[in-house]
Amino acid sequence: MAPITDKQLESAIADILRFGVVLAAIVVLIGALMYLHHPLVAPPDYSHFHAMPTELNTVAGVLHGVLRLDAKSVIQLGILFLIATPVVRVVFCIIGFTRQRDVLYIGVSTTVLIILTYSLFRGGR
Amino acid sequence: MNVLEFSSLLFGTSTFAGLLGALTGLGGGVVIVPALVLLFKVDIRYAIGASLVSVIATSSGAAVAYVREGLSNIRIGMFLEVATTAGALLGAYLTTKLSSHWIAIVFGVVLLYSAYPSFTKEPESLSASKPNALATKLKLNGSYAGSVSQERYSAQNVPVGFGIMFGAGTLSGLLGIGSGAIKVLAMDQGMKLPFKVSTTTSNFMIGVTAAASAGIYLFRGYIDPGIAMPVMLGVLIGSLVGARILVRSRVTTLKVLFSMVIIALGIEMIYSGLRGRI
Repeated sequence: MAPITDKQLESAIADILRFGVVLAAIVVLIGALMYLHHPLVAPPDYSHFHAMPTELNTVAGVLHGVLRLDAKSVIQLGILFLIATPVVRVVFCIIGFTRQRDVLYIGVSTTVLIILTYSLFRGGR
Repeated sequence: MNVLEFSSLLFGTSTFAGLLGALTGLGGGVVIVPALVLLFKVDIRYAIGASLVSVIATSSGAAVAYVREGLSNIRIGMFLEVATTAGALLGAYLTTKLSSHWIAIVFGVVLLYSAYPSFTKEPESLSASKPNALATKLKLNGSYAGSVSQERYSAQNVPVGFGIMFGAGTLSGLLGIGSGAIKVLAMDQGMKLPFKVSTTTSNFMIGVTAAASAGIYLFRGYIDPGIAMPVMLGVLIGSLVGARILVRSRVTTLKVLFSMVIIALGIEMIYSGLRGRI
């Protein structure tokens, strides 16, 4: 792999951030249109916190819901894309620093990725 | 109220919050949480869940331009993200241990603190170019296009900055905000980095910091699609419009006016928290 300059790395990071935000916004918007397809029902009571059905709280559950064309699951999918955007950005940094043979920052970025992965996969349990 | 009216009202309020957040430079999160809690009587846990999602959207959106211009320092950002993400894990954990009264009180204090700089003169730039041994070892230096020439900078007081960043991450995870004001404090005043570099690098870090607690929020059910959807879309649009206005005009008067709104929200949050109404 050819080494890349900081400038090229910055440009790649900007591209991935824009792609992630646009994708997430489009998916949430599609979910919103599905959600508001029945506009006259009463909204749920949000004044007290109550745990949601677990299918909206896990990646697998959301994907199942999307296959059933469940509006709330489609919104959650967009939100998952959004949460994934900074994570992918860190992966891009690791690749970039690897191509620059910057051992110190490969280590730093990997540490951040481990913390993020821990939160995403072990966080709630 | 039906679901369409509820979503529309939430969307409108969020757009305004995003606008306000962009114009004051505080971010949408600090406005939308009190608005949801005080106006819509939404449980604070749903409010911080929706806010955190909108924070990732706005900071990632704004970072596109800053990173491309080479203003955000990717290495400094990455290094300090070790502290902010670890802090965010702690903060997200604390949301389950603290009652919502306490979360509201801490939130109010952070609001008051965030609004404070709008009433003081812009702090002198204390940026230093003399290389610091630890910073050099960690490659925490760089340069950016200043008004006259390319200006070089090197981070100072690295452990202090790292420590403040841990605190910023904790508050971000606890309150569902970007805590940009504290991140800027850590870099600008703590590490003596140029103000421009501090604000843009802070923005760059906010998305990753928020993502660290977002996973935990999701599993706990704090991110409800019915609230997060209008809030995310509204704050995103509001902050995009706000950024445009900011480029075209100077908004000193508006800034002071909006900061008063934020102070009022802060006092109300503390008061409601103490009275046990939140």
